[in-house]
Amino acid sequence: MVYLKKGVGVMTRKVAVVGIGHYGFRSVSPEVSFREMIYESATRAYEDAGLEPMDIDGFVTAGEDWHEGHSIADEITPDQLGAVKRPVFTVNGDAMHAFISAYMHILTGQMSICMVESRSKASNIVNSHEITAMALDPIYNRPLEENPYFIAGLEMNRYLYESGNTREQCAQVVVKNKRNAMKNPNAGHGAKLDLEDILNSEAVSYPLTSLDISPHSDGCVVFILAEAEMARTLSKNPIWIQGVGWCTETPSLERRDWGRSFCTRHASQMAYKMARINFPRKDIQFAEISDEFSYKELQHMEDLNLCHRGEAGFLASEGATDFDGDLPINPSGGTLGVGNLQEANGALKILEVVAQLRGEAGKRQLKDVKLGLAHTWRGLPTTSGAVVILSNA
Amino acid sequence: MNRVAVVGAGMTKFVRRAMETPKELAYEAVKMALDSCQLTIKDVGCVVAGSAVDCFDGVHMKGEYLSDGSGGSRKPFMRHSVGGGTGVFSCIHGWMHVASGLFDICVVVAEEKMSSCQPHPQGAFLTVYDNTIERPLGLNLLWIVAQEMHHYMKTNGYSSEDVALVSVKNKGNALNHPAAMLGAKLTVEDVVNSEIISWPVHRLDISATSDGAAAIVLASESLAYRITDKPVWIEGVGYNLDTWYWTSRDLAYPIYVEKAARMAYEMAGIKEPQKEVHIAEPYDPFNFKELQNMEALLLADRGKAVQLTADGVTSREGNMPVCPSGGLLGVGNPISAAAVMKICEIFWQLRGEAGERQVPGNPKCGLAQAWGDMMQCGTVVILRK
Repeated sequence: MVYLKKGVGVMTRKVAVVGIGHYGFRSVSPEVSFREMIYESATRAYEDAGLEPMDIDGFVTAGEDWHEGHSIADEITPDQLGAVKRPVFTVNGDAMHAFISAYMHILTGQMSICMVESRSKASNIVNSHEITAMALDPIYNRPLEENPYFIAGLEMNRYLYESGNTREQCAQVVVKNKRNAMKNPNAGHGAKLDLEDILNSEAVSYPLTSLDISPHSDGCVVFILAEAEMARTLSKNPIWIQGVGWCTETPSLERRDWGRSFCTRHASQMAYKMARINFPRKDIQFAEISDEFSYKELQHMEDLNLCHRGEAGFLASEGATDFDGDLPINPSGGTLGVGNLQEANGALKILEVVAQLRGEAGKRQLKDVKLGLAHTWRGLPTTSGAVVILSNA
Repeated sequence: MNRVAVVGAGMTKFVRRAMETPKELAYEAVKMALDSCQLTIKDVGCVVAGSAVDCFDGVHMKGEYLSDGSGGSRKPFMRHSVGGGTGVFSCIHGWMHVASGLFDICVVVAEEKMSSCQPHPQGAFLTVYDNTIERPLGLNLLWIVAQEMHHYMKTNGYSSEDVALVSVKNKGNALNHPAAMLGAKLTVEDVVNSEIISWPVHRLDISATSDGAAAIVLASESLAYRITDKPVWIEGVGYNLDTWYWTSRDLAYPIYVEKAARMAYEMAGIKEPQKEVHIAEPYDPFNFKELQNMEALLLADRGKAVQLTADGVTSREGNMPVCPSGGLLGVGNPISAAAVMKICEIFWQLRGEAGERQVPGNPKCGLAQAWGDMMQCGTVVILRK
């Protein structure tokens, strides 16, 4: 099932995150253009790592043309990163895909320090649903002219039916994540809510209601990655990449697995294999996982093997995934609390895991954490996901 | 550094493909590439797709849309883009997957379907310009290329007849390419007398938009010889992006291509490119681009590329064949797929499988290059057998 080459994980060079910088995250950002946002984040990352643009060997960015409102959107990236006349390329996927590409590039030995950038300026988009609908199959699905949230509603129904979790348990995820976000100064959508607020919010696509959906945010995240020797010189607390995995199931609505997240399962198996983790439930101390819709957090927990099938809802309602629970999930507030950053969602997850492992998470710092997992899903209507496992030792 | 070999290649015919969806085009190329090295999609560890502009196919998240047609279903799958340079970069991105030591076999596919962009794909190029400053002018790509072409010709003292030599050569070469759409026997007069689109760009100076896909199969060193007797090794890769603000660049000389080339030469250990590179496929969406890129790739001295072309050094029988496939001018230009076609051509030429297009003299080292984004990107791959 997992196609990794034999010996991966034992022989692989070590790579670490040595610098982070971000701007945001807020529901609107009229004070900056997206270029200024990138400049701000990159400057902070350079400062964090103590590097200058000339020290970076290569740059990887993430973006989708139609979210940027610009064809060949990768052409705009070099200037504000300090990457003019340097190796730069764009991954049209989640920031985590770009992160993994930079990681692979360092593993090849051609480069030793790489920068990864991703951004969201969702507040500039006036017709986000129409754009998402353009990602549906132009022949079979687009003529139905449905709001793409119908996919989330259908999937939620199927997932709850198959796993036995309940609608209330999904709402509990929203309560938890929005509460966690109150402690996060970067989060734009923290709130004190109770179950009734969520269950009684406006219906979107049965059983999904409006508060089950992550609201959009603006922001930018930049990472600097370095190979082992360099990382140890550069940083007092490098955060090591232990495993990576990514997978795409199928774009076809007709053929996908509606009850489970295949891509998450496959990507996590790959990452666990690389990181040589045999008992994720035991070894993973906390996780930042995709929660673009409330039920997705539960579904992803199960497919990441962090709990048994049908158990995630119980863990959520019992508080095991709370900030002070046994297995804290989304201590940052997740995308429900921080906001949906489009392509930068994966970066948001890695950012939080790095901050926690460095012990720089402030009021939301978890105690004695050594190993964390970041997971992302590309959002409707895709079935692409990625996993990165990080540690501080 | 882990070595990576190209072990299989395939491409569709480049022409308006009204009957096929982009997925089907990608499928066709991948199937042909896998068949050529007797592998099935089950043997493949990961899939990499390249596609330049979402607007052409009219699909948002084109990578996701292409994933199943490319064979990326239920596999690690990634899409990247660097505009026109995407094709050659696909090979570099695939190389990363295998050279990192994570995977043994990687399929690389590039697809572009430009004909679904109506009335003409040039309309989509308006959206590559700055929203505030340039877009209100209602530009297309030729307008900016005309400036670059004029600047290049003036700096080097070339005339329209000089650059027309490239169109004549490449369209002639394409006559032998079974997937080509624009092979033709032309004279320099035909080219300079063709319609002026945006001065000094004539109709026959331009490669035509097209639909198509091309794919290659990459394998790690431990598997390459088990798959084929004649693996072609990826010895050097380089890429580079210049500033987005094209008004602050030297339009006559693409320094970014030179930087990308130097990165690749350094990796491949090439000190004297003019002697060590036997066959080249520089990017030729416009005829002057082949000349300009040859100079930037250090395959010709500055201002000497026309002389080489006129002397027949770059013809298929010459000392250093350039674009023996027919290039974009002859085969067609489905943007990202066209540059993977160049990698396929070097692969076939080095293995001696290019049929009627085979260059004499048993070439051992080939180079493919592409150019893209807002005329700011250079990507280079060096292959050796």
